[in-house]
Amino acid sequence: MKVLVAVKRVVDYNVKIRVKSDNTGVETANVKMSMNPFDEIGVEEAVRLKEAGKATEIVAVSMGPQACQETIRTALAMGADRGILVLTDAELQPLAVAKILKVLCDKEQPGLVILGKQAIDDDCNQTGQMLAALLDWPQATFASKLELGVSDARVTREIDGGLETITVTLPAVLTTDLRLNEPRYASLPNIMKAKKKPIDTVDPASLGVDVAPRLSTLKVNEPAKRQAGVKVATVADLVAKLKTEAKVI
Amino acid sequence: MIRDQETLDSLAETVARFVAERLVPNEAKIADDDRVPDDIVAEMRALGLFGLSIPEEYGGLGLTMEEEVRIAFELGQTSPAFRSLIGTNNGIGSQGIVMDGTPEQKRRYLPRLAKGEIVGSFALTEPEAGSDAASLRTTARREGDHYVLNGTKRFITNAPQAGVFTVMARTNPADKGPGGISAFLVDAGLSGLSIGKPDKKMGQKGAHTADVVFDQCKVPASALIGGVEGQGFKTAMKVLDRGRLHISAVCVGVAQRLIREMVTYASNRVQFGKPIAQFQLVQAMMADSQAECYGARCMVEETARRRDRGLPITVEVACSKMMASEMVGRVADRAVQVFGGAGYIADYGIERFYRDVRLFRLYEGTTQIQQLVIARGLLDAAKG
Repeated sequence: MKVLVAVKRVVDYNVKIRVKSDNTGVETANVKMSMNPFDEIGVEEAVRLKEAGKATEIVAVSMGPQACQETIRTALAMGADRGILVLTDAELQPLAVAKILKVLCDKEQPGLVILGKQAIDDDCNQTGQMLAALLDWPQATFASKLELGVSDARVTREIDGGLETITVTLPAVLTTDLRLNEPRYASLPNIMKAKKKPIDTVDPASLGVDVAPRLSTLKVNEPAKRQAGVKVATVADLVAKLKTEAKVI
Repeated sequence: MIRDQETLDSLAETVARFVAERLVPNEAKIADDDRVPDDIVAEMRALGLFGLSIPEEYGGLGLTMEEEVRIAFELGQTSPAFRSLIGTNNGIGSQGIVMDGTPEQKRRYLPRLAKGEIVGSFALTEPEAGSDAASLRTTARREGDHYVLNGTKRFITNAPQAGVFTVMARTNPADKGPGGISAFLVDAGLSGLSIGKPDKKMGQKGAHTADVVFDQCKVPASALIGGVEGQGFKTAMKVLDRGRLHISAVCVGVAQRLIREMVTYASNRVQFGKPIAQFQLVQAMMADSQAECYGARCMVEETARRRDRGLPITVEVACSKMMASEMVGRVADRAVQVFGGAGYIADYGIERFYRDVRLFRLYEGTTQIQQLVIARGLLDAAKG
């Protein structure tokens, strides 16, 4: 079975995010970028499927500027077999990404598509669901456990208040939650070998997808600054403050 | 020589991330336990850290020197004990074979060293012979198709873990100088080879050194590196040139870490109503540290590029080792100073680095030996 994994290039999770001074977005110039952590979990799951003999080929897809090639290389170093870079400088919104993935799925015919449940930059949590709808495939979102059969997959999902286990027929779309696995470090020899793995470059127009944004961003603000806390000397002080100042009891 | 910037950046970033996420949180533990836990050793092996400098055809990464020092800058950003574990396989414990070994010796040892299946160790220093390597007393006597080794080696890094030793021994008793010395590959576990108990050291807990004792230890003639007697001293000096440059890079890495710790602490520690980082006397300590560290880094990178171009580097390496190791000594001292009383308290980890870095000015040639090497180079050049 072929597995297609979507990997997004985002601002590294260790970076302290700064909003641009004109409030049009987040500062990304000279900022360390890396693979969306949920997508890393997706790649790891695909590599584990391959190691278990259940997947035969892993295709990693990324979209955006040329630098997204580095994100694909990371996936290749972790164990993906080849990459597809959809090269565009346009702002890509979830629907556009889902449409592009749909076209690629029609072409590649994977048995399973794995995406992160959301990207840590825009937190949209939409692409997997939209892709499933466009493909008319079943979806298993927020997966914390995957047992892949021949014609179906048993997936444990993290939902409010507990775990839900479902079965979906293949092909299907899966989105990863944090506890699905702990991604490996790509080994240094594999990073060297990843250089030799193939990456195809295509552009949205050649796939027949109109990626023009459907939503416009009006304003991006930093969260309000929190006020400094105070230390209280006694429990009585604390209770008094909770009553009179915080007014929570 | 950097062959492919993108791949190298990716290698360095992966090592940096591994250091930050897996090694830094375990620094205090390995110092307390005086050992690196097996799961971390296994992770270092899986990552490929043991084979950085071993050629690709033998399963290593085959990094150029410029690439290797870039990785060493990253590995230096944590307790030196972690680096020490992989240090000998990438440096003095494997390079004798890489540089001068026979094809058979390379096939036999390098793939296992690259994977970290065995640890290589370098046995040159003796109780009576340190920097004066030419006065070695360990002997190797030829008997038929064997050599018989006798003597004691001291402070041998990774000896308790080693699977193979590169041993310098005198094969020609008539030649009292360097020309009488040969290098041998001696497998651990041979009869007549014993390891002393690990030395109790000032710092770098978790990295072990010990005596290695040869008592009528019989090794096959095929264990002679390169198959030629009398080449051992030359091999050792070439190996040390490379090793010293790697150590210099590690010094830069540790200094960068300590500067970061200083800046963070000074930015948060409030005295007289403001962070101490705003006081110029504290700023001077941080600025001096950064300038010296940057200077050493530039020297290390330039010397690495010289080596990759095939130019002689003995003097440049001695300059780099002296500057980098003395620099990190001063930086660690200032780090203690910036931390104030906290710098003296074990919980903050700064005093541990202060003790750890002291070794850099001693091993693989003391600062005074580096000075002699530099001066000799100058005087030889003046003679023409």
